[in-house]
Amino acid sequence: MLEIVEVKAGYGHAKVLHGVSLKVGEGELVALLGSNGAGKSTLNNNISGIYKPFAGSIRFDGAEIAGVRSEEIVDRGLIQVPEGRRVFPNMSVRENLELGSYRRATPNRARNIDRVVEIFPRLKERFDQYAGTLSGGEQQMLAIGRGLMAEPRLLILDEPSLGLSPLLVEEMFALIQKLRAEGLAIFLVEQNVVQSLEVADRAYVMENGLITVEGPAQDLMHDEELRRSYLGM
Amino acid sequence: MDFLGISLPSYSLETVFGSAISGVFLGAIYALVALGLTLIYGVLHIINFAHGTLLMLAMYAVFFLWSVFGVDPYLAMLIVVPGGYLFGYALQRSVIGRTSHGRDEIILLTTLGVSIVLENFALFAFSANERNVQVPYDFDGIDLGVVYIVWPQIAALVGSLLITAALWCFMRFTDTGKAIRAVAKERQGARLMGINVEHIFAVSFGIGTACVAAAASLLAPTYAVFPQVGYLFVLIAFTVVVLGGMGSFVGALVGGLVIGVTEQIGRLYLGESLGLITISAIFILILLFRPTGLFGQRL
Repeated sequence: MLEIVEVKAGYGHAKVLHGVSLKVGEGELVALLGSNGAGKSTLNNNISGIYKPFAGSIRFDGAEIAGVRSEEIVDRGLIQVPEGRRVFPNMSVRENLELGSYRRATPNRARNIDRVVEIFPRLKERFDQYAGTLSGGEQQMLAIGRGLMAEPRLLILDEPSLGLSPLLVEEMFALIQKLRAEGLAIFLVEQNVVQSLEVADRAYVMENGLITVEGPAQDLMHDEELRRSYLGM
Repeated sequence: MDFLGISLPSYSLETVFGSAISGVFLGAIYALVALGLTLIYGVLHIINFAHGTLLMLAMYAVFFLWSVFGVDPYLAMLIVVPGGYLFGYALQRSVIGRTSHGRDEIILLTTLGVSIVLENFALFAFSANERNVQVPYDFDGIDLGVVYIVWPQIAALVGSLLITAALWCFMRFTDTGKAIRAVAKERQGARLMGINVEHIFAVSFGIGTACVAAAASLLAPTYAVFPQVGYLFVLIAFTVVVLGGMGSFVGALVGGLVIGVTEQIGRLYLGESLGLITISAIFILILLFRPTGLFGQRL
């Protein structure tokens, strides 16, 4: 579904990604793990068309999308829920959700809002409140809800557990599993290694702009080398 | 009456009230000019130095539509408002956005450059002479007892209120309006929702320009047109924007009315030129107590 081949990218003269290749299949939950500054968000922003990679290919459903404008990538159903949520703080929860369907699934807006508040009943309680007044966990729910409003075919979640309390992190991963069970393909970018490996089908580990380890999540979980060097166990 | 050693003339309450009422009508125009400015500031985070020049161009458009084709200045709105939108959209997309490279200080200077070019173009093409639109009804009006209000003043007030209300509804209830508000605060988030940020910038600039075009129509029956006419309004409009709270529509409207009333009462007591000092006085006074303006958001 998503196929990234030898992508080199960065900002101006600063190279961040030195040839990254990975794949996400139909209905698959793939985790990309790595510490701060490994290049995970750079990769996401190149996938979503915020930046254009220096070299390499990003294909979605067989079509080249490297360097394509972000709105066209949204049109295709590749939706990113960004790191730091990036909800619209000056707008109500309802309006944030409405804008999730600005480009895609616009006719199904009312139905999808019902669906999202069913998944996140908390958002219903905060419906007419400004998104900027929500707690971090609620903002994360809103960001995911807003992403779901576009009826994604592949959902990129960039560090959804960042800054959440342990209880909410549990909740977040349960939700990710639930979305996956409904057949949604998910590309989960996380620092939270253990929990990500528990829910993922396959995983990649990124270090300094390169994929260093890849394989089925279960194997990575038991990989002695990885456990010692990366997970600190 | 005595104020700080200056003896002020004393007026009856009716006269002061009359000044205040005519100030409301003047303030409505300030509000309309400020509306476009505050929208552009709110979304693009730039002070648009070309705003007054665009007002001037729109006033010339109204003037020529009247003098060449005999179009009534109010009817001209149907042409200059869409025209202003398209001109503003194209100006942002092709000149301002293209030269800015995403840096706000460059946008600022570009708008200044655009205004210098357009103003000198007007001077070259239309000369520095003042021109007047004459309408048969410009001295008709209604006598409120304390003050005589002419129809063009009433049209300016009603027009400003309607346009502010329409813009408020547009921003609140349409997808494009919501996208404008989204881009104003969270560009990256907006981009990831498939909002074309560059398009939204240009739309905002277009709407801001359409607002001054509407103001030009409403001004034409009462004000002369000349290449520097924009400064008359835009300097006060800057004050209104800051006073009302940068980026706030309601602030622009209330701020415009406050400044209009202050100016008229100031002129009554201090004379035509010294009276303008009251604008700065009320401006400083309000900002002392509300640094973000009347309706500004907390920083």
